[in-house]
Amino acid sequence: MWQKIDNITPLNAIEKTDKILDRLHLDGPLVFGILSILIFGQFILFSATSGDWTRLIYSVLRIFIGITVMVILAQLKPAVFKLATPWLYGIALILLLLVDIIGYSGNGAQRWLDLGLLRFQPSELMKLGVPMMCALYLCERSLPATSRELGVLIPLILVPAGLTIVQPDLGTGILILAAGTAVVIFSGISWRILSFLGTAALAFAWAGWSFLHNYQQKRILTFLNPDSDPLGSGYHIIQSVIAIGSGGVFGKGYMHGAQGQLAFLPERSTDFIFAVVGEELGLFGAIILMSLYLLVVLRTLYLATQMRDTFACLFSSSVAIMFFFYVFINVGMVIGVLPVVGVPLPLVSYGGTAAVTMLASFGILMSLHFHQKSNL
Amino acid sequence: MKAQTIIKDMWQELKLFRRRVIVSIIIIGLLFISLFARLIWLQLYRHTHYAGLALDNHVRNEPIQAARGIIYDRNGLILAENKPSYQLELVPELVPNLQKTLQYLVQIGLMTNKDALEAQRTIRSRRSFDSVPLRLNLSEEDMARFAVNRFNLQGVDIHTRLTRYYPQGEYAVHALGYVGSVSESDLSYIDRDAYAGTSLIGKIGIEDAYEKELHGINGVRQIIVDAHGRSAQLNKDWEALAEQPSTAGNDLFLTLDFLVQKAAEDAVWNKRAAVVALDPTNGDVIALVSRPGFDPNLFARSIMQSEFSDLNENLDRPLFNRAINGMYPPGSTLKPVVALAGLNFSLIKPEETHYCSGFFMLPGISHRFRDWKPRGHGSMDMVSALAQSCDVYFYALADKLGVRRIHDYLAQFGLGALTGINLRGEKPGLLPSPDWKRKKFNGKSAQVWFPGDTITLGIGQGYMLTTPIQLAQMTAVIAARGERFVPRLVRATRDPVSQKTTALLVQRLRRAEAGKPEDWDSVIDGMIAVTHGGTATAVGNNSPYAIAGKSGTAQVFSIAQNAKYDESKISERMRDHAWFIAFAPADAPRIAVAVLVENGRSGSGVAGPIARIVLDAYLQRKFPPSLPHDTLKENNTTAPVAVEREE
Repeated sequence: MWQKIDNITPLNAIEKTDKILDRLHLDGPLVFGILSILIFGQFILFSATSGDWTRLIYSVLRIFIGITVMVILAQLKPAVFKLATPWLYGIALILLLLVDIIGYSGNGAQRWLDLGLLRFQPSELMKLGVPMMCALYLCERSLPATSRELGVLIPLILVPAGLTIVQPDLGTGILILAAGTAVVIFSGISWRILSFLGTAALAFAWAGWSFLHNYQQKRILTFLNPDSDPLGSGYHIIQSVIAIGSGGVFGKGYMHGAQGQLAFLPERSTDFIFAVVGEELGLFGAIILMSLYLLVVLRTLYLATQMRDTFACLFSSSVAIMFFFYVFINVGMVIGVLPVVGVPLPLVSYGGTAAVTMLASFGILMSLHFHQKSNL
Repeated sequence: MKAQTIIKDMWQELKLFRRRVIVSIIIIGLLFISLFARLIWLQLYRHTHYAGLALDNHVRNEPIQAARGIIYDRNGLILAENKPSYQLELVPELVPNLQKTLQYLVQIGLMTNKDALEAQRTIRSRRSFDSVPLRLNLSEEDMARFAVNRFNLQGVDIHTRLTRYYPQGEYAVHALGYVGSVSESDLSYIDRDAYAGTSLIGKIGIEDAYEKELHGINGVRQIIVDAHGRSAQLNKDWEALAEQPSTAGNDLFLTLDFLVQKAAEDAVWNKRAAVVALDPTNGDVIALVSRPGFDPNLFARSIMQSEFSDLNENLDRPLFNRAINGMYPPGSTLKPVVALAGLNFSLIKPEETHYCSGFFMLPGISHRFRDWKPRGHGSMDMVSALAQSCDVYFYALADKLGVRRIHDYLAQFGLGALTGINLRGEKPGLLPSPDWKRKKFNGKSAQVWFPGDTITLGIGQGYMLTTPIQLAQMTAVIAARGERFVPRLVRATRDPVSQKTTALLVQRLRRAEAGKPEDWDSVIDGMIAVTHGGTATAVGNNSPYAIAGKSGTAQVFSIAQNAKYDESKISERMRDHAWFIAFAPADAPRIAVAVLVENGRSGSGVAGPIARIVLDAYLQRKFPPSLPHDTLKENNTTAPVAVEREE
């Protein structure tokens, strides 16, 4: 009888869930963070589409696919990923080239391959491919990397990033660059080399940029970033800042944001969905969502430090950095402190395959975390 | 061995890795804090600012049009009102099949094929959620037909809007004026905010002069709109919306007596003519007619270009207000005032006679100033000189008076100056003087005021010009024995909310002086004699009250010395203008009237009977039967009138 009562104490319930999560190779806090963001996101999406059930159902379906991929990947052994990495990178690179060539010969910008049933973006694969490849390359060598090894790493990152940027897809390109660079930095490369490389890159970019005419610069900017300013007056940013500012501390209430509901806010279900959060749920809601993001980033970094394998450490930490960049670039853009680049708010924005990729990388990360003993 | 070094390196590498993670956590933390700081700045510190901007985005102030004041005549008859007009409107985005819907409307007879084509063009140029008017001014029958077929006409509906309506049509149009669409030039002098939502504004006449009284105060209704400017459905409790109702404009009560106005207007319907009737006791305008006229409703329902050019290019100038803008020599109608001047300066006595031999000569000049009666009138005293309109008597009197005294005396009667009636564009006429001539002309010889100029001024010819309203005022001053008033059209205004009526003040002017009170009687006796045995006996026939009158003809062009005035050789538009002034009853005048008929030739024969109609209408409430104007128009207006020419 006592036993029975014990069974339903909260403590016991938590222990039980822990066991289930353990068996599924899922990390409790991380899954809690991800699921909270996903649920929060679906509510906001429903409001941002002014109560469009069809889009909500599509979005929920996509998330289930993403979660399934995450759970399946978490069951696989790390050796599989290491083995798959060169293939993944190689295939993604070929597809990327293919898309670029089709894009040029076809009618302008093209980011995806149309496989009939779903449109597939090779650049999404590269978000996984680049950090995995860099991590794989470094894990077989003693660290920190030498300058000769850097000579391999830099093209390994820059080629796919560059191919993505000229698609043009500046947002994804920057994320690939960030993920790859994160691996290099976390591998312990000395600050001296890093600052040298950074300065060189900046100087190179500045020199190249200043050689161009004004109209060429403008053309490149609009080419790389066609969505940035369609009305030529920063309309997107003005409206999203008004939305957020007018939300105040507690917001105008769910489904009651005039800026969003009356279509003043552009792209409100995709790139500018954070403005809906700020308007309808206020500072309060925005900080809750940001805190959930921070929780996921920090938990991922923590898990990375608990790993014993160089590949695992480097890949996991780059996942955290990539996720952080997603949030930082998107929120920074929406609140008007960063330029407009087409980066969605991860796990919340509607559409695309970004959420699936992100969930897949969390799946790989958890696999690495739970299999580390057997791997060593 | 190899494995050992790897493990050793491993610990080293992990330590390095963890240090890097800590650094990255610090950086990430700082960046997150900066995002939080920005959010706090926007949502806490600048919240009021952005909340205002958001409101500006989606709350639109929609004006509610105030009803324009109603205009009544002195007896409460409506001259201008607001009428709901029903119009068929269509919202493109609510119509399932535009082609089919328009075809159906043609089928049931609510539109013609031509209308449908034009509607399609209009629809294409509008936003899909804007209501597009298909047809204006639906009849009761149209509305019934729509109601029966409504089930087939999704997206089509009937809307009402207020338009200005002038129930009397062309009558009194030159006094009332009209309203028209607010134009770019109107916007330069009105308060744009006050006129937001107002589509019609007074253009001329009373509608223009009393625009401030009539307009009222527009209200404001706040509505929620989305980014496309579409009114958002109010299925959510948005911010509290304010609404301020409109205040209707003040009603006007005119001094016009519409029945008298109509009688006068009917009498001159197919002529180019003006009639002004005043109340000599207070300056009230009883009738103000200028013919031809036009239908002000054309302007209120927005006039078409073709209709406007028809009016504007018409040779008879229907848009021209002859009563206040037309300037004509007064002719013999000036004689009573010249007689008064003579009495005032004690240059003549009423009973003093002057022999009329048929012409007048200035000493030392061979020029003969001819009387209209070649053989002369014989011995004339003041009464008979007025009754027979003897020119020689007044040539001699003008010579005695001299131009300065004539000028100053005539000015007392308002001649040569604006009467001050509250209508836009009144003309002052012209009261000539030596000073005027010096300024007006170039060259020494042209600038000299000749004695002969004074002589012709004595019978109202030469340089002198007057408007019909000036002569009406002059007549009223004689009738009131010197009392002078600003002619007024509006007697009172009424606030439609409180129903409080405010009377407008009578504006008395400096009175005209005559030497002795009896002098007025002498001149009035002369004017009574005009219609009782004088030149215009027909005007006074069978009158139950004494009529004081005076006829006149204004020369359109001058005839050479010794030449005969041969009517048949002169084109209709070169004929003399006909004047008649009158007031009655002569002993206690209640109405003074001035009638001008352009190219009417005979003051007593053409203008006189019209004056009689106006007097009878006002004093006896005797109105001639209304005439069907369409048939009247076809009549020849230039039928010869057998009368002897005066002067």
